[in-house]
Amino acid sequence: MPVTYKKIASVTVGSGGASTIDFTSIPGTYTDLVLKFSTRTNRAGAVSDDVYISLNGVNTGYSGRILQGSGSAASSFSDTPNPWKFLAITAASNATASSFGNGEFYLPNYTGSTNKSASFDSVGENNATEAVQRLSAGLVTITSAITSIQVDGGNGDFVQHSTATLYGISKS
Amino acid sequence: MTTKLVVDCSTGVVEEIELTEEELAQREADRVAFEAAEAERVAAEAEKAAKRAELLAKLGITEEEAKVLLG
Repeated sequence: MPVTYKKIASVTVGSGGASTIDFTSIPGTYTDLVLKFSTRTNRAGAVSDDVYISLNGVNTGYSGRILQGSGSAASSFSDTPNPWKFLAITAASNATASSFGNGEFYLPNYTGSTNKSASFDSVGENNATEAVQRLSAGLVTITSAITSIQVDGGNGDFVQHSTATLYGISKS
Repeated sequence: MTTKLVVDCSTGVVEEIELTEEELAQREADRVAFEAAEAERVAAEAEKAAKRAELLAKLGITEEEAKVLLG
């Protein structure tokens, strides 16, 4: 990791699984935040699953644009005005055994007093034709400092060995 | 039991907490909203592809020929 990255916290899902991973009491001492995740869900009958990322416990006011590749087609779509929060992707039950999706969520100026924008990329990972990946930019109408981030396993629960790590980035 | 992992970044302490009824309802609402929107998007793409195929058939040209024509 570059020297400007500092690990704030990291978590690994245990044998019982978890529906969401919540980072709380995030210190306001950095300029940007980066969340990296390596996850897989138990969503049945699918090779990939959605990941919803939300801030400060807010469930509305999210918008964004998503570029998506499925392995057989490319598309783009808006997530406005649906309450999906920030929409990413990960691996699910029908993905290659023991493979995990991964993603990075970048949140600049998270302590500012204006709406928060974010950019993020994610991929489902699957050793077959269908392997969904998404590149996204989004905005949420939260003007207070961000103190919590929730990562939600969409249509399933995160399985054991899924991990999420939050980094703080300082001015270099 | 449906649980969430809560990481307190000020202490590093990780807690496993059962989801509340409200949180469970929110998860279900998110899932239903996405499925509906996704179905709408896929249907719109299929309709667009069908209209394109119909137009190409009327013109009597292939997809490749249409690209050359418009390129």
